[in-house]
Amino acid sequence: MKPQTIFEKGATGRAATAQQPRNSGEPALDLPLGYQRATPPQLPEVSELEAVRHYSNLSRLNFSIDSQFYPLGSCTMKYNPRGAHRAASLPSFLNRHPLAPEAVSQGFLSCLHELQETLKVATGMAAVSLTPMAGAQGEFAGVAMIRAYHDAAGDDRRREIIVPAAAHGTNPATATMCGYAVREVAVDADGDVDIAALKAVVGEQTAGIMLTNPSTCGVFERRIVEIAALIHEAGGLLYYDGANLNAILGKVRPGDMGFDVLHLNLHKTFATPHGGGGPGAGPVGVNERLLPFLPVPFVAQRDDGFHWVDRADHPNSIGRLSAFMGNAGILLRALAYAKMLGREGMTRVGEFATLNANYLMARLAEAGFELAYPDRRASHEFIITFRSEANDWGVTAMDFAKRLLDYGFHAPTTYFPLLVAECFLIEPTETESKEELDAFVNAMASIRAEAERDPELVKTAPHTMPVARLDDVRAARELDLRHQ
Amino acid sequence: MPFVPHTEADVRAMLGTIGVASVEELFDEIDPALKTADFSAIASGVDEMTTLADMAERAKRDEIGPCFLGAGCYDHHIPAAVWDIAARGEFMTAYTPYQAEASQGTLQVIYEYQSMMTALTGTEASNASVYDGGSALGEAVLMAIRSHRRRPAAGDPDTPRIAVAGACHPLYLEAAANIVRNQGIELDRCAPGADGRADLDALDKLPTPTAVVVQQPNFFGVLEPVDELTRWAKSKGVLVIAVVNPLSLAVLTPPGAWAGIGADIVCGDGQPLGIPMASGGPSFGFICTRQRLVRQLPGRIVGRTVDNQGRTGFTLTLQAREQHIRRAKATSNICTNQGLLVTAATIHLALLGAAGLRRAAESCYVNTHELVRTLGALDGVEPRFDAPFFHECVIDVGQDAQRVAERLAADGLLGGLPLGSFYPQLANCLLVCATEKRTRAEIAAFGKALARALNP
Repeated sequence: MKPQTIFEKGATGRAATAQQPRNSGEPALDLPLGYQRATPPQLPEVSELEAVRHYSNLSRLNFSIDSQFYPLGSCTMKYNPRGAHRAASLPSFLNRHPLAPEAVSQGFLSCLHELQETLKVATGMAAVSLTPMAGAQGEFAGVAMIRAYHDAAGDDRRREIIVPAAAHGTNPATATMCGYAVREVAVDADGDVDIAALKAVVGEQTAGIMLTNPSTCGVFERRIVEIAALIHEAGGLLYYDGANLNAILGKVRPGDMGFDVLHLNLHKTFATPHGGGGPGAGPVGVNERLLPFLPVPFVAQRDDGFHWVDRADHPNSIGRLSAFMGNAGILLRALAYAKMLGREGMTRVGEFATLNANYLMARLAEAGFELAYPDRRASHEFIITFRSEANDWGVTAMDFAKRLLDYGFHAPTTYFPLLVAECFLIEPTETESKEELDAFVNAMASIRAEAERDPELVKTAPHTMPVARLDDVRAARELDLRHQ
Repeated sequence: MPFVPHTEADVRAMLGTIGVASVEELFDEIDPALKTADFSAIASGVDEMTTLADMAERAKRDEIGPCFLGAGCYDHHIPAAVWDIAARGEFMTAYTPYQAEASQGTLQVIYEYQSMMTALTGTEASNASVYDGGSALGEAVLMAIRSHRRRPAAGDPDTPRIAVAGACHPLYLEAAANIVRNQGIELDRCAPGADGRADLDALDKLPTPTAVVVQQPNFFGVLEPVDELTRWAKSKGVLVIAVVNPLSLAVLTPPGAWAGIGADIVCGDGQPLGIPMASGGPSFGFICTRQRLVRQLPGRIVGRTVDNQGRTGFTLTLQAREQHIRRAKATSNICTNQGLLVTAATIHLALLGAAGLRRAAESCYVNTHELVRTLGALDGVEPRFDAPFFHECVIDVGQDAQRVAERLAADGLLGGLPLGSFYPQLANCLLVCATEKRTRAEIAAFGKALARALNP
């Protein structure tokens, strides 16, 4: 059946009238005609029930954490506590105007200040700004600060940012947005940065390095202290991509590893909902060296209360990155979550995320799947490769991913990192139970048996979703981006 | 343990399967010297009830009476159904729809959103959102530079330039300038004229830019002569970046139809479409454009296609522009955007329809004009600019507006934005707004409160 869009529902002239504000009356709109729109925009004409039913039914076509195990590697799809959602949805938070005077904002500012302080301790940095609105904007802020630092020192030789081959695509894209050339460095057979290769590219042209630790290979970068020394000796700075912080929360801190600047993904580590692709929040932390460049606004506590720190008080800042102060609602959720966890709860996050990943890795290895890094501990995630399944039976990682949907599991991250062929990056998170992990292993084993016995069954999956595999080539060639 | 389901028996069994004696052993690849962190400055955990009580107490501290403050974030009514549906776990706890077959809900919502935004703005393509209005302007500037790298004429400096015509939101400009600065792009701000509108003569004297930014209604609420500005830009081969309030497009000429030619890129903040003020975020930024520039759009885009059995379905498309494919050559580093807010806005627009949106816009217009008459009746208070305005207006109160706003807040209402920190010459001015939520009684009360604040 052809899915109907909202535009094909309803009838001309129908409206959800209770939703329309009363017109407070005369005089009506007396704008000069030249400014007025000639024809009304083509928007849906539906009743309230039609709209509610349409979007309720659409929601049911989604997999989500609330309804399925969702082990997307490097995305930390953990349970999003309802209590945190409730806290951020308090009417007085929702109704607060971003430009309200400080005198009537002390409650909100106290929340931001508490979150800044919590994140400082959790990461081992000297100061935190909460304003970046997503991980990628946090990365941008971080690399922009590295650039501002070198610019302030009058050092214009530093034109390159080093990025490991396994890095998220946002890392090189961010370096470009900050006006840097990207220098990739190889990863060795055990998943660590290749130190010899790194030594070959570090020099006076190096502005800094962007690292995720544990890395996107699902392992802890064992030589991080040596790498930090190498970069610092060359005059560069170290940027920590917080995508995988969940693995070490409450255990080890990026600040202690030698990083100068980092971002956190609150929608990963601090359990705020991913929302079908946002909103997130990407606070940045810095050490003393980069403190002058921290993005504004952030919150300071003085004797007479809490205050915004803006450019006037922090003149070397890279400035503001959003119209107001970032994704406040996400920050409030993260604070509520942090308060419920407390310091002991944070340590358990790192420990149980790691326990679940290592358990799942051991069980999948037992079930016959090939590990990309069999001699390593998993961090909070790990990689398996379907090289032999693809080779022997013609069944790829993509096929396994699609068949998992039929079994009621969201697929792990596929084909990332790019340097491992036919791979899954699997991150179970600490909030999943042993039974759920066991059920996932059983599904994987069952699909593997299907792949051997009846590869077509797996190669044509999914069979139970609202649609089968979609024609992506047609989508890009015959662009249909709006209802007409 | 909060949110961790493991029993002691589970832990023992799992450690046994892994073949280690303790959880700590799983961290044995980490240099012991790194494991010395002291987390004691973080308090112990508290339960949900205590957390909610603590945060409710803090939220309550900030409660204040009627909001006459706008400046890019507006106190509109949001139909109850919008967030009841948007906050369903299936929308709220899903991720970016990479597995299209298991994400048709989110994907179809984005497709409908793209359809609604292009209809509102009079354009042909929309992305799935960026972070907010400020970052949308930054991305729009980068998009203009990519799509129209004007060959430098003799005597032109190499720096790609963007001109800002008149009073564009100063916080958007600041954010945008910070986002594009490291790519050697500069924004030339061309001060508004005495009537609060863009000064075309002054604009004409600037070095020819790649694109001109035009905000409608502008930061002062004033309506710009967008047709004239668009014609000027076209005559110079300059792209037009429109910054618009989507609610105003229920009644105002859509940017796609300006001067019968149309703006090239249309951006702004979607907050007026069903998003609570919530201290300014999360909201969402939108970017719409013409078909010929669609490959320059940053971020996610959803297309309609068919599956291998001929059934209609939706999928992310044109992904070759994006960071996870093109890496250092991507159009932007954006990855996570503002999906849940887009979901809310889509439901909001479906509920209101064109007629409801028009009534909301008209009510804002009528209320703000009533407010301006009420305030203007006070001695020494008058509108600063003599030009048509939509739902915001600059009011000259004849004394330091910062002080006046503080007195109004102490008196229990948000009486507008003092403009001195953005425009020193407007230090005696407040930017005020009355949405459809403001009643006549509230407007009258604001008049009385302002009279008190002016004569303390």
